[in-house]
Parts: sequence; C-alpha cells; structure tokens
Amino acid sequence: MTDCGSFEKPELVCPAGTPAALRTAVDAGADAVYCGLANETNARNFAGLNFSAQALEQSIVYAHQRNAKVLMAVNSFATAPRTSLWHDAVDIAANAGADAVIVADIGVAAYVAANHPDLRLHLSVQAGASSPEAIRYYCKEFGVRRVVLPRILTVGEISAIHREIPCEIEAFVFGNIGMMSEGRCSLTNYAAGISTNMHGVCSPASAVRYVGNSDGSTSAELGPFDIDCYSAQQPTGYPTICKGRYTTPDRSEPYYAFEEPISLNLSSLLPDLMRAGVTALKIEGRQRSRSYVHMVVSAYRRAIDDISAGLQPDLTGLAALTEGGKETQGAFKTKKWR
Amino acid sequence: MKGHDLTIGPVLFHWTADKKRDFWFRIADEAPVDAAYIGEVVCSKRTPFFDRHLEEVALRLVSGGKKVVWSTIAEVVSKLDRNVVGSVCSLDDAEIEVNDASALGSVSGRPHRIGQYMNVYNEGTIRHLARNGANHFCLPAELPLATIQELSSAAKLCGASTEVQVFGRVSLALSARCYHARAHGRTKDNCLFVCENDSDGMALETHSGKPFLSINGIQTLSDRYLGLSSEIRSLCQAGVSALRLSPHSFDMVEIASAYRKLVDGEIEADELNKMLDGIGVPQPFMNGFVHGQPGYERVSGLPGH
Repeated sequence: MTDCGSFEKPELVCPAGTPAALRTAVDAGADAVYCGLANETNARNFAGLNFSAQALEQSIVYAHQRNAKVLMAVNSFATAPRTSLWHDAVDIAANAGADAVIVADIGVAAYVAANHPDLRLHLSVQAGASSPEAIRYYCKEFGVRRVVLPRILTVGEISAIHREIPCEIEAFVFGNIGMMSEGRCSLTNYAAGISTNMHGVCSPASAVRYVGNSDGSTSAELGPFDIDCYSAQQPTGYPTICKGRYTTPDRSEPYYAFEEPISLNLSSLLPDLMRAGVTALKIEGRQRSRSYVHMVVSAYRRAIDDISAGLQPDLTGLAALTEGGKETQGAFKTKKWR
Repeated sequence: MKGHDLTIGPVLFHWTADKKRDFWFRIADEAPVDAAYIGEVVCSKRTPFFDRHLEEVALRLVSGGKKVVWSTIAEVVSKLDRNVVGSVCSLDDAEIEVNDASALGSVSGRPHRIGQYMNVYNEGTIRHLARNGANHFCLPAELPLATIQELSSAAKLCGASTEVQVFGRVSLALSARCYHARAHGRTKDNCLFVCENDSDGMALETHSGKPFLSINGIQTLSDRYLGLSSEIRSLCQAGVSALRLSPHSFDMVEIASAYRKLVDGEIEADELNKMLDGIGVPQPFMNGFVHGQPGYERVSGLPGH
C-alpha cells in the first residue's frame, strides 16, 4: 500500500510536438500539454515538428474544450539581432490564449512581465535555475509562478527547494535524460555550428552522417566528429554528444564518458516526488510519435490517479518505451549519480 | 586597439594551492594585464584548498596594478555551492563577477560584473541586468560577431562595457555529474580530487582517435584552444573593451605579453600566432564561434556581420 500522506494530486504535463500529438495527449488524460512554434524560439526546433500560429490557436480551443491547459515553450535564448522573433512568439502565445509561457531567457521574461503582465510565466528547465536563490530572483523580478527544475537534483533536494521558494515546482518524470545542465551547453555549436541556445537545436539531423567502415562497423558522426561507432551486430544509435563513447589517455576502450543512451523513468519515485511538493509532473518527448505519447501519458495518468487513491500503481509497460530498453532514475534517487 | 584592456580569467583547473598561488603572484608581478578574476568557478569542493591564499593573492595583484574581480561558481546546486556563492557575495568592497543567477539577488543594487557563464544573448537581458547593478559583461563564448556588436551597443547605452574571451580552451557545457570522477570509476562525492592530475583538462578522443573535448570535473571544454588574433580588431570595432585570456599551464606571462603587443599595435596577428606556437600552445587554434561557424573550426579571414 502506498503511503499517500500529505500531497495534492499533481498536474500531468505532456509533450505535444504536433497538433495531432497534442490531441492524443489531451485524449489520453493530460492535464496540460506543452508545445512550441515551428521556429528557433523553442528548444525542440526540429524539422516537421511544432506549431504554426493558426494551428496553435485551434489546438488551444481543442484542449480548453476538454479542460486541458496549453503551455507554450518560448525557451531558447533570444539572440540579438533577431530578438523580435522571441517577442513575437510571446505575443502569439498571448493572443492565442495559451495558459502560460515557458521561458528561459531573462530578456524574454522581462518582455512578458512588461507587456503581458496577466500571462502566466513558467521558468523553463533551460534557465538552469537549480538553487532557491536563483529561483527566487526570477520570481521576484518577473513574477514567475512555476519553475521547471533541472534534471540534476535528488528528490530530497527538490523537497528542500520547495520549502524555500514562493512558486510551484514542475519536475521531469519520464523521457530523455538531460546530462548537461540545460541552457548551458554549446557542444552542438562547437561540432556543427548550430546552437542549442540560439537556434533551439541539439544534434540536428542535417549535421548527422552514418559512415560504414571497412570492418563492418558504422560510425555515427556529428559534423566531422565520430560520436560513436557500432559493430555490425549492434543497433546504431543517434549521435548526441553527451551520449557518445570516447577514449581518454587512461581508457583506451571507448566508454560513455558522460552517460549511456538511457531514459529517465521516475515511476517508482512518484509518491516521493508528490510528497516533495511537486505541483506538476512532466513527460519529455515533443519529438516522439503519437503512439508513444499515447502509451506514456495513459500509463502516467493511471499511475497518478492510483497513487492519489491510495492504490499501488502499475507502470510495468513503460520500460519498453525507454531508450534502448534501459532506464534510470538519474540524479533523482541518489547523489551517487553525480 | 590601444587602450583596450587585457584580462586574465579565473583558473578553471584544479591546480595545487602552491601552483595556483605562484601563478597568480607571477601574473601580479609580471603580466601586462589590467584585471584578474580570482576564485573558484567550476567546483565548490575545491575551494577549501585555496581559500586561505585568496586574500594574499588579491593584495599582490593590487600592488601589481591589477584590478581584482572575484568570480562566483558557475553552477550552484549543493549547500556547499550556495555557501561559497554567499561568502563571495558578502565580501565588502569586493568587485564580483556573477556566473549564475544564484548570486544576482545578493549583488542587487551594488555594482558588479556578469561572467561568461550567464546567458546574455540580447539587449533586454543586458538592460535588465544593468538595472540590477551590472556594469560589465563577459559575453558567452559561442556568440557570433554580429551579436557581440549588438550587445556591446546595448551595454554602452546602459553605461556598461563588454569583454570577450580570446585565448584558452572554451567552456562548452556544465553538468551536475563529475566526468573526471566517472572516468576513474568514482562519483563526485568520492572523487578524491582526481581532476588535479590534468592541469589543462583530460582529453577525450573519438573512436577514430580525433581529439574532441577536454574534461575538467563537471565542466566540458573544447579540445582546441581558442586563439583569436586577426579577429581582435573587429571585436574592438564592435565595441568590446576587454579581452580575456583564460589561464593554462603554459607561460601565461609570455602569452599576455604577446597579446599586449598585438593590442598595442606593435605586432600583427601572424606574429602573435607564431609567438604562441613558440610558447608551445597546441595549434590549430579554434575561432569558429565569432565567425558564426562551428566553434572548433579554424576560419581564415575576418568575421562578417
């Protein structure tokens, strides 16, 4: 029996890479969905993904009719001299009736506070606000109502932060695990000339190449760098720098210097997270398919409802959806991850 | 370019206390630089080793005619991180360089600097931070020249100045996990300070043996050294007033002297590169970011707008 002690039922926040995925997530029981415009103003600026202003408007109507909220990510960093693109994105979100904008950039936050004081402001994980002092600064200066915490904190630390900040907490529970401190990574720009912060892209497909080697192995390259190499028997992965294999002077056998390709799955920590004071549980994956979104959202919907009703949740099906079938509790369970 | 400041950034690596003290004493006595940034930026666990020397280092730098700036930790998660930031910010009369939003509240209303780990990409951010008391911005390393120019203009309107790193490995990412410890089968909590073994970072190579990145605890740096030379005139014309040299175990006094000569117009970019080669700094240098190209690249010609 799960101890359902003292917590309020959290909001389930789900990814919507496309209008179709948004409808899928809403229908599967999302309390809120998050999405972005099809340009550089959000951190999942991938080809074929995201929303036009018109699609956003229609999707918000769909969600609101079903009592789901729409949170719009404007969470890359407005880059001079293109700053107005980010301001326009905020205006579009406000005009379309978005329930909140999720921002990382101080300049964009200041723009929202000055021009849309009634628009709810969430601080993106990309802001990298990992201490109560940092979070309080954003709350005081811009009226931030919710912070999305970096995926580098233990549940205990989240609980401690909760007691020291005046805003709500949203925490990631499932999906890709961010290895580098979000919003502070220029690795893709170093290798490929496209910036995660300035263009909203990490490891863009346009810079990826698979090269067959004479021994039957396949190299996965990003720009000119072979991020990983797979033997003929191994399935090939996608070359993300922080999940590649490298050698050091002391380790001649390539190893995962940062992290293995693995997914975050905090299903077993859900009761702890709820008790830690987390208001919203977030599922990562705007780049994922509708069927993936459907399965993950449905499973988490049931789990949250079960835990809230004092029942033991069943999340066994989720392991099949994790990257390479491997899952981790990342930084959340123990400091040993660090 | 004469009249532009040269600065020495914070020591990013975990040098022994003696090595670090001797380094700063020599910079204080011999390096032709205008300002020096002291304090631990990467890992708060390292601070107990050097804390007792910081004051004598600061005094020596001041008597050497250098402005001393205290840099704060770039990623603040643990209680220790927070305490370290708090103690730097509580120093009376010290000029502080803020590297994480954690410090912004405590320096509010007091003149301070913004370091290159803060995400400053647009005019609105400059204006907001200037209102909070910032009077100098060391800009993120990944910016192209056109952005640097816009930000320098915005800073000037706020009565603030800008600085850009021109030498040394470039910080590309921070993490809560220590990759130095991981490489040695340890975790951050039981790292035994293994990062001390690599005074300029631990090399990461790709499968095919290509040098790629350099690990410094929780920080990931470029393998290549940034070496801006012909770009410096463009940076100064764009409104940048200070040029940062990031410390390495090479002879930083000689490196600073070479850059001083370039800034003072005594030598040309080619000569600077030859001098740096003579000092033993690995080449080719990277310069791609300011050109709007992949950062690792060595681009010839002048950066466009």
